[in-house]
Amino acid sequence: MNLKINIGNLELKNPVLVASGTFGFGKEYSHYIDLDDLGGIMVKGLTLYPKEGNPPPRIYETPSGILNSVGLQNPGVDVFIKDELPFLNRFNTKVIANIAGETIEEFVSLAQKLNIDGVDALEINVSCPNVKEGGMSFGVDPNSVYAITKKVKQVSNKTVIVKLTPNVTDIKIYAKAAEDGGADAISLINTVTGMAIDINTRRPVFKNVFAGLSGPAIKPIALKNVYEAKRAVSIPVIGMGGISSAEDALEFMIAGATAVAVGTYNFISPTGSIDILEGIKKYMLRNSIFDVNQLINSINV
Amino acid sequence: MRYVVRENREITNGIYRLRLEFDGIPTPGQFIMINCGGNTLLKRPFSICDHDADEIAIVYRIKGKGTYNLSKVKALDTLEVTGPHGHGFDMFDKFNNILIVGGGIGIPPLLFLSKKLKSKNLKIALGFKSDVFLVDEFKKYGDVVIATEDGNTGIKGYVIDVMKGEIKDIDMIYGCGPMQMLKAVKDMAEEYDVPCQISVEEHMGCGIGACMVCACKTKTDSGFQYKKVCKDGPVFWSREVVF
Repeated sequence: MNLKINIGNLELKNPVLVASGTFGFGKEYSHYIDLDDLGGIMVKGLTLYPKEGNPPPRIYETPSGILNSVGLQNPGVDVFIKDELPFLNRFNTKVIANIAGETIEEFVSLAQKLNIDGVDALEINVSCPNVKEGGMSFGVDPNSVYAITKKVKQVSNKTVIVKLTPNVTDIKIYAKAAEDGGADAISLINTVTGMAIDINTRRPVFKNVFAGLSGPAIKPIALKNVYEAKRAVSIPVIGMGGISSAEDALEFMIAGATAVAVGTYNFISPTGSIDILEGIKKYMLRNSIFDVNQLINSINV
Repeated sequence: MRYVVRENREITNGIYRLRLEFDGIPTPGQFIMINCGGNTLLKRPFSICDHDADEIAIVYRIKGKGTYNLSKVKALDTLEVTGPHGHGFDMFDKFNNILIVGGGIGIPPLLFLSKKLKSKNLKIALGFKSDVFLVDEFKKYGDVVIATEDGNTGIKGYVIDVMKGEIKDIDMIYGCGPMQMLKAVKDMAEEYDVPCQISVEEHMGCGIGACMVCACKTKTDSGFQYKKVCKDGPVFWSREVVF
């Protein structure tokens, strides 16, 4: 059975990744699964300087979903390289560094700092809804998506993936902007913006008022965006958004995703990513599919 | 892991005690995450109230749909549980006169702590709104004083009022309860210059330190830092916590 897939020049041993922001830098989950079994790890979003993140509360459960407002808390790219990357490099899996700049220059600096062994790809985060500077303000402007992608591609020797937000009118325009900027792949979706109100105080639950919705609640939205984006570009698409079972993952692949990332489901089941991979293998056996690539974009419309 | 429930019963108005088969070795202040079933998505954190050879107990209040679902669980049902998680209370040989301060549904983990500290000279101050619970169990391990907001049992008032009368000659304070109580405990510990550890509460996502949602604001040399309640805590030195 062949599970290998390619994202640009990068070969992944299987199509199951874990999504940025749901897996830290891998350490915590290494007590539950063998990280070697993953196709790749998209690490927590990295900024140029350490970032403290938003004041609590940062999470609120909704029907079949969670709203989060973490605000990219992370130790900064330098500490990541020094203290976190060596641990990840003990495993035979691909390390995808998610980078979040407040300016185009910061994206360039982040990409330059990560031109090092042990980092296999960059995921450009132009879609975080929980920070004031950068984040989604770039992601909802196709010119910014194009410009950031182009600049990062110019300085980076890594596979460059652009992570898109679903909080736009037409995802195809943004997918195309990333491709035109030279992206090797796109990943989608980041969280859907949402909010919650405490009816006793009549205040928003979150200090930032809005937060990012993830989990099974957004899966149909994600699937539709992946399907549409795939039809707008010729580069690979990495699908994510509420994937909580092998069946969910297979839907994304059939809709056009070359690989999938498990996000919120890691919180619900720390072994979830590997359970999903095993489920994909079983489906392939059951349906006499010997190469996982046969599944990609195999939808019958 | 799935574990068998041995007992789940209401011990007072809306407060339940659940006993569960368990093969982990927890320390006081640690917690477990339970999948509460129904239409809940995330597991819910519960501090450990007691631990015996192959069993733990939790005591919880029905607060939302997770704890409501949990209250419907019956003996011989199984629950999906992870843990024990987190950094619990640090216990020190050198301290003998210990003050334990608990409020409301923050009280349960202090029972497990009191059991582990039973050879010490324990003063235990517990505060409740009205109905009291676990008091007889605490009496096995130390001198218990009680405050209730409506004067139902013990003195009428807050636990912090009775704490004031107990703090003399104390070497170490441990506290768990609502945020306002913890802040008052911290302030009093600093006023009397007694080392103090408090267990804080925050909504959690993963429970293992990866998702960064259960943030506790703590002091650093250069300002402040959000630490993870689930992994760095839930127990912190009161001096480092910023309220």
